[in-house]
Amino acid sequence: MDILTLNDVSKSFGGIKALDGVSFSVAENEVLGIIGLNGSGKTTTVNIVSGFIKPDSGQIKLKDKEITGLPPHKIAALGIARTFQTVRPFHNLPAYKNLIVPLYSPRIRKFTASGRWGDRDAVALDILEEVGFERDSYVPYKPASTLPHGYLRRLELARCLALRPDLLITDELFSGLSTAEVSSMVPLIEKLQTRGMTVIMVEHRLRELFRLATKIVVMDRGRKIAEGSPSAIVENSTVKETYLGAEL
Amino acid sequence: MARRLERIDRPIKVLTEDIYALSSISNMLYVAAPRILPALLILMLPLLSPSGYVDRVVILTAIYGLLAVSWDFIALSTGLVSLGQALFFGVGAYVAGLLNLQFGLPPLLTLLLATVLGASICTALLAPCLPLRGIYFAMTTLVYPLLLARIIEATAIMGGTDGLVGVDSFPNEWVERYLVLIFLLIFTFALRRFMTTDLGLVLRSISDNDQAVRASGINITAHKLIALWLGAALGSFAGAYFTHLYMFVGLSAFSLDLSILPIACAVVGGIGTLAGPVLGAFILVPLAEMLRDLGTLRIVAYSIVLVVLVLLKPEGLLNYLKRKYEQVERWVDV
Repeated sequence: MDILTLNDVSKSFGGIKALDGVSFSVAENEVLGIIGLNGSGKTTTVNIVSGFIKPDSGQIKLKDKEITGLPPHKIAALGIARTFQTVRPFHNLPAYKNLIVPLYSPRIRKFTASGRWGDRDAVALDILEEVGFERDSYVPYKPASTLPHGYLRRLELARCLALRPDLLITDELFSGLSTAEVSSMVPLIEKLQTRGMTVIMVEHRLRELFRLATKIVVMDRGRKIAEGSPSAIVENSTVKETYLGAEL
Repeated sequence: MARRLERIDRPIKVLTEDIYALSSISNMLYVAAPRILPALLILMLPLLSPSGYVDRVVILTAIYGLLAVSWDFIALSTGLVSLGQALFFGVGAYVAGLLNLQFGLPPLLTLLLATVLGASICTALLAPCLPLRGIYFAMTTLVYPLLLARIIEATAIMGGTDGLVGVDSFPNEWVERYLVLIFLLIFTFALRRFMTTDLGLVLRSISDNDQAVRASGINITAHKLIALWLGAALGSFAGAYFTHLYMFVGLSAFSLDLSILPIACAVVGGIGTLAGPVLGAFILVPLAEMLRDLGTLRIVAYSIVLVVLVLLKPEGLLNYLKRKYEQVERWVDV
């Protein structure tokens, strides 16, 4: 069953067509990779799905519910969580307190039932451990502003996981990370998938993406130019021409 | 040889973190002293003051302190810079005056009602501006008090330029002296506590990165309204208090001074600390009174002191004192 469907979505900024009639769907428990050159409309797609930008035309459906044009917090409440390309944590707060924000949202508040002080802290520490913060160290308690980039990416992911999303959208989660850091995050995404989560990854790190993804959508200048399994995409001649070039 | 300033937490600061604060009397004192001593000092002021004039200055200081805490709270929790504290003050002042004159309600009741009603009116007025940010929000808030003052002037409602005269004063001078100080302390401590609760953390996060807060499933407009209401409540309380103190409310309740001075107090005391603005008010307001003898030059001397304070301690006095209290500094070779 499709969890997310985009139907003929278009968006222009002034004279620039950022998205031009894009349609694709994501099945439940799939890992969809979106690739494309800079300016091809990847992040615009993420922003439209998560409600930060309203499309000019077209529909977006989460399962059977139309979510086109809903504000970001309502879309998050329905179970779509997204990361941001530039990590900007709540830098005045300790890392684990960063997760209080999603844990306080109406979607999650009912799970961390009583909401008394401290309950959410425990949940936050669990989630941070899951994404790779050493639990018995000082790291989760440090102010987010002092954390190195790798931890900030993990924190951004943790902020999304705290929402217990059905669909997780990552916008260049691996950018700025070392090869070692990326390889340590790949199993994390795999784990999320085995747990039943659907993931959309906008990514430039193709090697890791092609290992994780079950389906790839290739975008170019606001249009979808190809869609298929990773192996089919590698063989696709249009894609080779416009994007992959000599790399693969 | 290059040197750098090293800052290390004092042993007792580390010892008093979390539950260990209770492990000895000296630890408890270390934690409690910076909170209890200033509070006691503030409560002693009316007893120590030699004259009615000094009393008035103390009360005025507390009123400006409330406005400054209100400004700091709104800035800290939503990231919105308000240039219109006079709006909260003026609305609270007029609501209290009207309730007292029209319905004959006693001052203590009007104070409560003016706080709640005034905050609600101000929140309703500013609600359409909440999507604005930075300088745009600041400009609109600056305009509101001026606008209301002109409306009252032009339509001559609520006493017009004469204002409302003959408002009841407080039941006795002890209530008058102490109520505002007690409420200043309660509001300051309560808001500081509030900022560490989960809701407080969410509000603080909005000023850090509102996009991520929205993506986390939280309606930021609703939360900004909460913060605005609380901030406006403090300002309205201050205004209502002023009305009963002077038994009068006029267009001066919307004056620009009331918008600017609280910001100066917050900047001098330390933005984002909530207690800092109180400290700032207790420096700047008495200073302004002391300089009265200088006549026209008063504003010059006052400005010089303000600029020097800000230049020397841009972080704010409270943050500076806190650092000295918690850390030792020394130069080390690198």
